[in-house]
Parts: sequence; C-alpha cells; structure tokens
Amino acid sequence: MSAPKANLETLPTGLKVVLGLALIALLGFPFVGSDYYIQMVTRMMILAIFAMSLDLLQGVTGLVSLGHAAYFGLAGYALALLSPADAAPSLWWSLPLAAALSGLAALLIGFFVVRTHGIYFIMVTMAFAQMVFFLFFDNKVLGGSDGVYVNIKPSLAIGWGAQSWEPLSLDSKLTFFYLTAILMLVVYAFLRRLLWSPFGRALAGIRVNEHRMRALGFGTFGHKLTAFALAGTLAGVAGYLWGAQTGYVNPELMGFHMSAHAVLMVILGGMGNFAGAIVGAFTFEYVLHVFKDLPQAGSVNLGKHWQLWMGSFIVLVVLFAPRGLLGLVQRLGQRKEAGDE
Amino acid sequence: MDFATFLIQLLNSVQYGLLLFMLAAGLTLIFGIMGVVNLAHGSFYMIGAYLAWSLSSTFGSLTLAILGGAVLSVLLGLALEWLLFRHFYQRDHLDQVLLTFGLIYIFEELRSIIWGDDVHGVPVPDLLSASIALTDNQSYPVYRLFMSGVCIALAVGLYLLISKTRLGMKIRAGAFNRDMAEALGVNIKLIHAIVFALGVTLATVAGMVAAPISSVYPNMGSPVLIMCFVVVVIGGIGSVRGALIAALLVGLVDTFGKVLVPQVAGMLVYMLMAAVLLWKPEGLFRQ
Repeated sequence: MSAPKANLETLPTGLKVVLGLALIALLGFPFVGSDYYIQMVTRMMILAIFAMSLDLLQGVTGLVSLGHAAYFGLAGYALALLSPADAAPSLWWSLPLAAALSGLAALLIGFFVVRTHGIYFIMVTMAFAQMVFFLFFDNKVLGGSDGVYVNIKPSLAIGWGAQSWEPLSLDSKLTFFYLTAILMLVVYAFLRRLLWSPFGRALAGIRVNEHRMRALGFGTFGHKLTAFALAGTLAGVAGYLWGAQTGYVNPELMGFHMSAHAVLMVILGGMGNFAGAIVGAFTFEYVLHVFKDLPQAGSVNLGKHWQLWMGSFIVLVVLFAPRGLLGLVQRLGQRKEAGDE
Repeated sequence: MDFATFLIQLLNSVQYGLLLFMLAAGLTLIFGIMGVVNLAHGSFYMIGAYLAWSLSSTFGSLTLAILGGAVLSVLLGLALEWLLFRHFYQRDHLDQVLLTFGLIYIFEELRSIIWGDDVHGVPVPDLLSASIALTDNQSYPVYRLFMSGVCIALAVGLYLLISKTRLGMKIRAGAFNRDMAEALGVNIKLIHAIVFALGVTLATVAGMVAAPISSVYPNMGSPVLIMCFVVVVIGGIGSVRGALIAALLVGLVDTFGKVLVPQVAGMLVYMLMAAVLLWKPEGLFRQ
C-alpha cells in the first residue's frame, strides 16, 4: 500500500538535453518577456526552490510532509519582522538568518514528527504547520491575520556606511530574476550532489526499506531529522525570496493549501529527481494561471470557477500520470525502445 | 471563574468534543478499514451544513432537513466510493492525499455554483430554542444540549453496530484480515461501500446538526478537518474508542484554553498532540 515508488534518480539523455535547452531559454527569457511575465517566471523559480526542498523529503527519503509551507512562510516572516523599519536589510545577513530560523523550526518540529511513519507523518506534519499558522494568525504582534508588509527590498550592498558599494539593486526586476535563477541553480546543484553522497544514498535507502537500513547500522532517526531540517532551511530560502519579491507576507503562506500545492508540484514533475520538482513548479503555476484567466463563455465566467478545473486537473494527474511528467516522458521513451527491438 | 461559567464552558467543551468525534470517527473508520486518507472529509461537513440550510428552508423543518440530508449523504458516499475511492484502496498514501485534495477544490467550487458564496444562518427549531437559566444573567441554550444528545445517541449506535451486529462483525473481520474475510464469504466490496457511506453520513450529519450554532459559510471544512486529524493522531488511527476520548480531550483543552490563556489558545491543541506523540508515538489506542 505504501510501497515506495520507483523514482527517477537518473533521466534518459534525450530528456536531459531538452531540460538543458529549457534552462537556456529560461535564462534568456527576460530579454523577450514583459515585466508581468518576468515577475511570474521569478515566482515560478521561487516555487521551484520550495518544491525541490520538499522533494528531498518526499521523493528521496519517502517522507510525505503536508506541512512544508510552515518553513516557507517562517522565513518570509523573518524577513518582514527583522528588517529595520526605515532601511533596507542587507541580503548577506538577512537571507542566511531567515533560512536558519526556518531550519531551526524544522529541527524542533522534526524532533517530534520524524518518529512517526506513513499516514501519521502526513497528519502530524500538517498539524504542526497549523500550529505555526495559528502562532502568527492569533498574535497581533506578529501581524495577525492581516500579515506584514516588507516595505524595502533587501540590498546587495557590500560594506558599511559611506564605504558601502551596491553593485546591483533588487528593485530592478531583472536583478531579482537573475538572483533567483542563480539561487535555484545553486540549490539544484547542491541537492543533486547530496543525492549521490553517502548521506543521500542513506536517505534513499530509508525510503526503500527503513528497517533494513537500521539493521545495517544506520541511525535512521538522525538521518531523517537532518533531512527534515535541511529541507526546512531550503524552503526558508524560497520563502525569503517570496517575501522580498511580493513585499508582503500573510499566514496563508504557511497554510494547508500552500503545503498541498508543494506536494502536488513535486508529484507533477516527477519525484526523486530535483529537475522534476522544477518542472512541476513551473507547470503548476502556469496551469493555475491559465485556469484563473479563462475567458467568459456565454453567460459563464470560466475563470471564476478555476477551483473546479484545478481540482479536476489534480484528479486526472493522480489517475493517469502518478509518476509525473518526467516519468510519463520516460515511460513513453521506454515503450518506444521496446517497440524498436 | 465561578461555578456557572465553569459549567457552561464544560458543557460547551463536551459538545464540541462530541461533534469532533462524529467527524473523526468516520475518518478513522475509513482509514482503519480501507486504508484511505481522506482530506475531503472536511468538505462533507461543509456539504452537510449547506444541505441543512437549503433543505430546512425548503421543508421548513430542521428535523426533516436532517433526515433528507442523511439520505442524500448515503447516496453521495456510495457514488463517490464506487466512482473514485474504490480504485485507491491499494494505492500509495501520497496518491490518496492528492486525489482527496483535488476533491476539496471540486466540492468547494460545486458548493459555490449550487449555493453561492454567502454566509447563511440556520434558525434553531422553535421547540429547542429555549435556554435553561443557570444564574440571574447566565443561561445555557437547549439546542446545544440537544446537539450533544444527538452525538451521544449516534456514538452509542455506532458502538452497537460495530460490536453487536452481524454487519459489525463482518466490518471488524474485514479490517483485521481482508483476504481471509473474503475467503470466508464476506462481500468485502459491499462492506467497504457501507463503511464509506457511513463515514460520509456521520460527517454531513455533524455539519447539519452544527449548522444552527456555527452558521454556514464557504471553506468551513478546512479548520475542522485539521482538528479531526489531531483527534485521530491522539486517539490512534483506526480506533473509534480512541477517537472518542481524544475528541473529548481536544474539546476540553480548546474550550478552556480560549477562556484561560487566549493568547496561545490556537496552539494548545497542537501542543497536546506533541506531548502525546512524545509519550505514545502511535496514539493512545492504536489498534
């Protein structure tokens, strides 16, 4: 029933080439896209970082967290609440600090949740995320249900006072786009490296058979806790960028829907391969955008009913592409090869 | 806190706990017997509340609305089980989570199309609209007592059904060892359909009974769903008895938390869950 799915650690060469070309197209996008779409693609990349962080748990370690948005939102709040009121916080200390706070929260909550298994893990992660949600929702000091504004974008300045030098300003949508792109690629490279390290292999082993890993002498509790805290930290990087881009954070960022969307992004692209999480995040945001923008058909505003289309889309994905888009492409490729022989 | 206030809060917490039990019992039964995680369980609660609102304005009677709504819920449960859930019993939990999350969106939008997005109130039936005076200026509404009564009656009925009837014996046999029960001639598919419809109906009836005091509004299922998860985790998945005790415990902590420590009331229940997890990671009454 909860047998681990074969995951997509390696991709066929053809697919790698396509993804490489897509990356080049992505990096060139600001030269052709309008401001609106540059912001949208930036948002997609932020969500891709978020989805990759969850994939470390969901696809690699086999831990389905339905509360990952808590760590995403926490870092956004950290940016909003720790920034000085009248000056730009420096990215160089605020990003690491915000991510570390998310990681710390994940470590603390992880201590409770990683001792549970399967369905318990799903429910418990969700419940703890709700606890964090209420911490911010109920307390006026922390913004309450209205949320908090991030008035000034973080600065890239190096040095202090009069000697400081700011090479580029994040107020420019282009700078923000490329900063996000670089961070996305760094996170991707880091996680790919991690996946093939002894630690990553141990996590994959836990997904396949935790009892056997324990019998082999691996401390699975420590491994899972480390993965959970690391995933929380990386989700924090994404949440920080989200707060900086939109200039506003509210409790919904930590809500149940945000967490479920992340799970869906990972599934949609294909689990266990961080490229899948990126593809999933882009596809999900795009599909959502299309559904919300559907035209008026006669007397019915199709876009107003986006939840119906989104729900049906999710149900269809689960029914027909449970291994995601990359999994689908890979399977079609294999079928073609089998046909050629 | 004087005695009358204490009594009111105690009755409120028991009433809230019993309501949570109705929802959590369905959730835990569906998981315990079919192995399905159902995130859309909160939507059934919402559907129940809207049914109570629209049927009671049609029939002019809440009692008739609840009876009619219960019949519709059984049909809805059977249809959903046959169309979708039946195919997901053997699937990964992850697939079940996604399927039922998709269903939340679908139910939410269908609710918006059929009933609109307005907030509605459901009038308390005249017969039950009185209040019992406790002191000069404090009183307790009869309807809340009636709600607790309905929940207790259903809990007792559920207990008798599962532990004393032939159908209950088959349900327990199916939960214990599906293949063996099937080999002995139990129609396990029928049992699954019945249990699913029962779970759905418990959730909608909870929504219908709660409608007069909680009012009826969009998305009212989500907070309830998460609370039910907490109840199921504390009680132990698959255990109806555990769900009852956990629901009462959560009701107590939540209600008195709001009175005594309002600043952290929203978090208290989750702290309770964390404490239980440290002590018994599998819940209080793991089957």
